[in-house]
Parts: sequence; C-alpha cells; structure tokens
Amino acid sequence: MLEGILQGITTAATPVNLMMVFIGCFAGTFIGMLPGLGPISAIALMIPITYSFEPSTALILMAGVYYGAIFGGSTSSILINAPGVAGTVATAFDGYPLAKQGHAGKALALAAYASFSGGTISAILLLIAAPALASVSKSFQSSDYFALMIMGLTAVSAFAGKGKFLLAILMTLLGLMLSTIGQDQTGVPRFHFGIADLYDGLDFLLLAMATFALSEALMVVLKPQSDTKESEAAAKGKLGSMKITRDEAKDLAPTVGRSSLLGFFVGVLPGAGATIASFLAYGMERNLAPKKEKEKFGKGSLRGLAAPETANNAACSGSFVPLLTLGIPGSGTTAIMLGALISYGVQPGPRLFVENPTVFWSVIISMYIGNVILLILNLPLIPYIARLLALPRQILTPLILFFSLMGVYLLSNNTFDIHLMVIVAVVAIVIRLMDFPLAPMLMGFILGGMMEENFRRAITINDESISFLWERPITLSILIVTILLLMAPLIGTFREMRAKRLRDRLAMDGEL
Amino acid sequence: MFTLSRRSFVATMAAVGLSATVGMASAQAADVEKIHFLIPGGAGGGWDGTARGTGEALTKAGIVGQASYENMSGGGGGKAIAHLIETAGRQDDTLMVNSTPIVIRSLTKVFPQSFRDLTPVAGTIGDYAAFVVPNNSKYQNFSEVIADFMADPSSVKVAGGSARGSMDHLVAAYAFKAAGGDPKKVKYIPYDAGGKAMAGLLSGETSMLSTGLSEALDLARAGEVRILAMTGEERIKDAPEVPTLKEQGVDATFVNWRGFFAAPGISADKVAAFQAALEKMYATPEWEEVRKRNGWVEIYNPGDKFVSFLEGQEQVIGDLMKELGFL
Repeated sequence: MLEGILQGITTAATPVNLMMVFIGCFAGTFIGMLPGLGPISAIALMIPITYSFEPSTALILMAGVYYGAIFGGSTSSILINAPGVAGTVATAFDGYPLAKQGHAGKALALAAYASFSGGTISAILLLIAAPALASVSKSFQSSDYFALMIMGLTAVSAFAGKGKFLLAILMTLLGLMLSTIGQDQTGVPRFHFGIADLYDGLDFLLLAMATFALSEALMVVLKPQSDTKESEAAAKGKLGSMKITRDEAKDLAPTVGRSSLLGFFVGVLPGAGATIASFLAYGMERNLAPKKEKEKFGKGSLRGLAAPETANNAACSGSFVPLLTLGIPGSGTTAIMLGALISYGVQPGPRLFVENPTVFWSVIISMYIGNVILLILNLPLIPYIARLLALPRQILTPLILFFSLMGVYLLSNNTFDIHLMVIVAVVAIVIRLMDFPLAPMLMGFILGGMMEENFRRAITINDESISFLWERPITLSILIVTILLLMAPLIGTFREMRAKRLRDRLAMDGEL
Repeated sequence: MFTLSRRSFVATMAAVGLSATVGMASAQAADVEKIHFLIPGGAGGGWDGTARGTGEALTKAGIVGQASYENMSGGGGGKAIAHLIETAGRQDDTLMVNSTPIVIRSLTKVFPQSFRDLTPVAGTIGDYAAFVVPNNSKYQNFSEVIADFMADPSSVKVAGGSARGSMDHLVAAYAFKAAGGDPKKVKYIPYDAGGKAMAGLLSGETSMLSTGLSEALDLARAGEVRILAMTGEERIKDAPEVPTLKEQGVDATFVNWRGFFAAPGISADKVAAFQAALEKMYATPEWEEVRKRNGWVEIYNPGDKFVSFLEGQEQVIGDLMKELGFL
C-alpha cells in the first residue's frame, strides 16, 4: 500500500497532472459559481477531450472540476442567495444573512477555509481507509437510508426561531408534499395535472433558486424601502474583515471536525451525497449548539455556515470510495466519471488499487493538492468577487434575475422550467410576506423524496411489514439517536423550568 | 512513467487545440453536410452517449461534415418528440436519438405520440438485458433462480434501476413468464438509478439485479458480481463466458435497441442519405474505437426493417404490460 501511495505521489506531482489539478479546480470554481451550471454538464462535455489523456490525468482533471464546483458554489450562495450547485443550498441559510450584515468577506473566507478543511480531512481519510471503507458503502440498506432521512428531518428545529416551531413544521410538510410530484417508483404519475413537464417531478435546484434568489431579488423591487439600511451597507462595497479571530477559530474547530466526519461518511454511502450531507450537518450543528448560538442559526451563524460547507466538500471526496472501490456511482456526476473511467479501460472495483494503483492513489493525492490550490486560488479573489455586492441595486437585481433564470434553463433547456420558476418565486414571495421560513421547505423536499422512496422499497423487500424498523440493527440505532436528538432540547427546557421554579420558590421564601 | 506523462502532455495540448476545429476538418469530402442531434435527455445519459459517440465517429471519419448536439429533457423524452414534430419544417438535418423506452412510454401514454409520428431512420446499436447476482449468492445458474421463484415467488427479489413497469422490470417478468412462472408475481424492487440498484444488491436486500448486458459486464469486471444469463439469441464474442437464457431452457430473447429518428414528412432522399452515412460508419476505425470504448453491440436495422422490428417489439411489450396490469 505504501508503495502504491508513493507511486501515486510521483504521478500526481508530475507537471501535467499538477496542471490538470489546477485547470480542473479553476474551471470547477467558475462553473460552480454560475448559478445552475453544475459539474455534471461540465464533466460530460469534457470527456471527449480527455480520451487522449492518461486515465489518471483525466480522472484528476474531472475530480478537480467536481470538488472545485462544490467549492465555488458557495460563493453565489453567500453573495446573492443563488446556490451555484445543489450541494451549496444549505450554505445560503447562514451565508447570505452574513453577507447582508456586511460580513461578506468573512463569510467567503470562512466558506473557503471550511471547504478546505472538509476536503483535506476526507482526502486523508481516503488515504488511510479507502479500501476498507468499501464495506461501509455496501452495508446500508433501504431501511437504513430511511432512518437516516428521518434523522435529517429533526433538523427542522434548526430553522425554527422563537415561537415559530409550528411554522417550520408546516413548511417542512409543504416540502414533503412537493417532493411527491412526478412519477413514483411504481410508475404512477402523481400531481402532474396533465402537464408532461411535471412528469419527472420538480428539480431541487430550480426550487432553491426560485425560492431564494428569485424571490429575494423580486422582494427588493416590491419593498425597496425596507432594504435601505442593508443596501447602504452593501453600496459602500463593505467587504468587512476577512479575518477569523482566534476565538472564532477555536469555537468552529469542533464543528468543522464533526461535519467533516459526518460529510465524509454520508458521501461514502452510495444512496446519499453532498446535498444530503450538508443538510444533515447543518441540522446536527444546530442541535448540538449551545442555546445562545442556536438562536443565531438562520440569521448569520458562523457555525451554521461552516457546517454545511465543510460537509459538502467532505461528502464529495467521500463519494470516491464507492466509485473507485466498488464501481458504484452515488450521484449523476460520479456516474459520468465511472463511464469515462471504463472507456479509458480502467475498471473500478475492489481490485483497482491492486491492479491500477497509480490511478487509485494519484487521484486521492491530487485531491489533497487540489484543496490547497483551491484555497490559494480563492482567498485572494474574495475582495474582488465580494465587490459584486457594491453594484447598485438597479444593476445587481437584474443580474441576479438573469443568472438564476438562465442557470435553471441551462439545466434542462426547457422553457417550461422558467415559467415554473417564476410561479414558484411568486408563491415564495407571498410566503415570505407572511413571515414563514422557506428553508425548511427545501429540507423537506430534498429529504422527503429519498425518505419515501427508501421506505416503500424497504416495505416491499420485507413483505409489506415494517418490522425492519426494530429488527435491523443499523436502522434501529439511527432511530434511537434520532429520538435522543429530539429529546435533548426537551430535557433542557424541562431542567430550565425546574430551575426557574426553584428560583421562584426561593425568591418567594426570601420575601416571606 | 515520465515518458508516459510527457506523451499525455503532448496529447493534452493537441486535444485542447484541436477540439474546436475537429468537426469541420473534412467538410469538403463529407457525404452529409451536417447533422443536428436532438437528445431527449440530459448530458451524460445513455441517449447522450449514443448521439455524441455516433456524431464523433461520423465526423472523424469524414462521413459527416459537422455535428451539433441539443439536449432537451422533459416528460420522459416526450418534450423532444413534441418539439421535433412541431418544428418539423425546419428540422431537415435533425436526427433524434431514442431507444426501447419510446415504445414503452407511448404504450403507457407518458406522451401521446409514438414512433409512427416520426420518420424512423435506423436502429444502430443494441444491448441485451442481463441478470446479475452477488459473488456470494447461492445461485449458480438461472434455473436455480426459477426453481426458487416457482416455490416461493416473493423469495426472489429482483432489483432494477428504474420504476415499476419500465424496461428492467418488464424484462425480468418476461423471463420468468417464459420459464412458466406468473409474471405478476415477480417481486420487483425499483431504484432510481442503476448504481443504486447495484448498491442495493451488494447490501444483500435484493437477490438479483436486472440490467443491461454492457453495464452488467462492467459490474462483473469490478469483481463483486456474477452474470447468470443474458437475453441474446446466442452468446456474444465480447463476452463468450456469459450464457444465454435460451441455452438454460428459457425461451426469451430481448434487445434494447438504440437508433435514430428524423422529423415527420422529411424527403425520402434525405432519409436515404442518413441511412447511407450510418451504414458506411460501421466499417470505419473511428466507429470501432467509439463502439469498443462503450461496449456497444452493432445491430443495424434500417428503414422498413426498423419499423417492423418496432411493431413487433410493441406487440410483445404491450401484451406483457396488459398481463401485468399496466395497460
């Protein structure tokens, strides 16, 4: 293995491959930044060019584009609330409020550091344990995924401000309902109202862009006066300090560590991915945060930004475990890479790191290099990119509208999607004016689809019985953790109430 | 290793420099001036790969001067079909790629049109279906699976990478029916992608995977699974070790074709020119490179032959779907 790693280092460090890491990261960052344009189409278009390359060179390039895009996607999430890729939707929850408060520089810098840490930590995990982790990829069954999605739903509390718990649940339900649109796994089309374009269901990125970017931009038009303070701050081009203080770093380190592990693990599972990982990490951090920090979630919490940003990059690296060691793609992007690998004559599978150690190890080593490059590439750019916010509203708003509409159109080349997006944005504006939170809806949507699918599959497999909920150890363990997560705040509240009652009684005693 | 890298460096530069112009390089000698490929699905799917691979071979071999591609997903492919029909007047150079699902989806009324509303040009490649089990499975051949199915249908859980009633499910039902079983009793477990179905198979929650032969061969080469049977008439030369269903006593053959359609009302000359170009392509080394890279099986089926093949397939699939209660 050591020999393989050394061989991987020598291959990854050749000038050509270093250049490919650089080109991949550079291209990926920009593709990720443009709303809607994701790594899938970029990689698919790149494949014909890569046929003349060495397999490791080609894979290094494609991997660079992949994690570069996840890295770059956070920029548009933070600055204009328009997620560049699905994996960075959760980044907007706290990143955009931070930018609005004049901390754009800090938010972008933190996103870069968090992505770097997540990417690097999981590259190291890959290096130590990739072949061994194949068994983890293989161990998860549908019922376990179902339990995992249920656990993810506990994050709903993360979006619930004071007294808004019911609203958050209501919006989660709306998301769950929206996820049932389209053909289900038994081939029955649902809620498509005879419109062929709804047959494949709603696209997550479309929903995210319509509810966030589009409705935000339109709100500015509707209520220009309410924005004056913020737009003043933005108009000054206030980048804010990019520095992250020592105390903040200390405070964020455990978050980054936990989110890296969680993200990597979720990435290793072929049935989940960067998007799910970012939502799970966001929810987990909210649940673990102390009370004071909890209230800041959704309003510009540094933790709330670091968690999903770390997790999505970690998951992205993690997804190379099933891809390389089992030949199983967990996402559309990795599916394309698998196809490319096979056509280069490289057969992924348990024997890859024995038969083709150069490809295996050089890609993993290149990820480590790539993360360093991304950090070096992105940090100096932040002041320039953040200046985007300094643009006057009358220019910035049409720009946002243009990029988000075009981005969604590019996903499918389907004009129906643009109409749909505008309708969703209008509904989202109404919901916002009523002061309902929109983030839980997106969470319900992304988790709901997978939850239903896995639950129905588990039931069919278990002969129409739900006994798997308590008979399968992995499922049961996840569900128990879920219940504990739900109980934790209750216990906290209960304790507080008791303490308060005690204090009151003492006070009364004192009076007597 | 350093010499290799050097070679790839040169290749890189060449590819980057040439990729923009390669399509036009041999424009003057081309048989067909240009082809616009309409792809009913997104970048990176099977349709996309077929169109781009065919276009690559045609242009590199100098048969077609220029190839362009348009991805138009939506409505299970119905969006692109409707578009081709609506704009038929200005789609003289367009070829739409499609495959077996156009037959299935017009039967189930996903879209109102069928292949009859288009001009079938030719079926060009195909892929057989295959049944795959994990290495540690108790099944050594397909007869053992049938025996288990006959004893207790629900003990055989068949995974597939698409919804109930789609190809993976139908092929499995067809095989069990041909073996004398009740196709309605086939326990089909749907996943939303082939990779996820494979992961489900390896996790032990399903007993067998129904998928395409070329994908099955890739999976088998990865070393985690074995192929029990495939649905060709006879074994194929790329994988002589894989037995057919027929030789295991199950009289069921199936081929998932991929081919091209032109707009309705297009001139017969134009159709003939398309067919000639495609036929000429098979003999070129450029095509062989693309074909081998993708593991495609050549099944050339032009014009009327293509239409009667489609009618036959529609009949078989339609009957099966009626029996299964989908129609």
